[in-house]
Amino acid sequence: MASTIRVRATSSGETTEVQALIQHPMDSGFVKDSKGELIPAHFIQQLTFEHDGKKVFTADWGGGVSKDPYVKFAFKGAKKGDELKISWVDNKGATDTTTAKIQ
Amino acid sequence: MKLRSAIFLASAAIALAALTLAGAPPLAANDKVDPAADAKAFQKFFRDKFPKVKFEDFVNGPYSMDEDLYRQWQEKEQFPPYEFSLEMGKEMFSKPFKNGKTYADCFPNGGIGIRQNYPYFDEKEGKVITLELALNRCREANGEPPYSYVKDEMAALTAYMAFTSRGKPMDIKIPNDPRALAAYENGKEYFYTRRGQLNFSCATCHVQSPGERIRAEVLAPALGIVNAMPIYRSEWSGMGTTSRRFTTCNSQIRAVPLSPQDDEYRNVEYYLSYVSNGLPISGPGARP
Repeated sequence: MASTIRVRATSSGETTEVQALIQHPMDSGFVKDSKGELIPAHFIQQLTFEHDGKKVFTADWGGGVSKDPYVKFAFKGAKKGDELKISWVDNKGATDTTTAKIQ
Repeated sequence: MKLRSAIFLASAAIALAALTLAGAPPLAANDKVDPAADAKAFQKFFRDKFPKVKFEDFVNGPYSMDEDLYRQWQEKEQFPPYEFSLEMGKEMFSKPFKNGKTYADCFPNGGIGIRQNYPYFDEKEGKVITLELALNRCREANGEPPYSYVKDEMAALTAYMAFTSRGKPMDIKIPNDPRALAAYENGKEYFYTRRGQLNFSCATCHVQSPGERIRAEVLAPALGIVNAMPIYRSEWSGMGTTSRRFTTCNSQIRAVPLSPQDDEYRNVEYYLSYVSNGLPISGPGARP
């Protein structure tokens, strides 16, 4: 299984623009399946981006965020070739981590 | 003013359809099946209707019709939503079956870069074979259960096969066989026949009104619509195959959909692919 996280970080001198796509069902817990049973809640609770051991972006999510979420943000203080560490943890305790080089 | 031009275009579309209606006196020009002339007229109709749209852009569906959508899509394409499915398809395609054979053994050129030749008319069987049908037959021939025609695995496989054929012009052949011409004609008839509670035909939306809104959606032109299959639709929050598009279109006009890969659906795909000949394969696509 490939990583659930896709990242692209590009530096334009001062700022670094980060885009990420995460594969996750993000079930809210309010949706019924074809048999009429509730699909239990299953969503990412926290997503963090770390640069140089420092958190540069944190998202506290709930069931309202859509399936396979996409995130885009920019931050200052990184340069080309630096590493970015991305990780998420969901309400069932599952987690995934990946690192990406800033281009 | 829009309405008047829509009515005018509707009549143009009906004239374009040139259907030989049952019971109508046969017209000399209309009772001969001439796919090449159809394709030419079909493509000319869209070029005239949308003079600003580049020919190869028609495969981008609603994005070719609306500048703002186009920009949003360009941004989305940097991180395409079909990526996960594409990767799954690539993995599945190379994974051998239990008997050691792979999908590559079922297809010419190992299944790579051949999407533009499907659907084709099989002269032995006397029917149209679509890529989805060929894939499931390949599985069954190798002792594997067939996949659902509408999404998930089937969409992933066709996404990968389309991806390896990107940019190649659609190249559908109609052999000089009365059964092939009949299949083509049957597909064309299905495309232009009104049905369902809303009394819409496929052409009502996709020939008469591309670029118009239907609720919040922008309608795609029929020209090149199959070139982008399979698609990730945000509305579905997932992938869908050509079969899925046909069945959902039918239920949206409150008609009873056929089963995926029924004769008529395969014939419609044959017709639509043929009249889109020359347009590049752009699948897998993303749609709003």
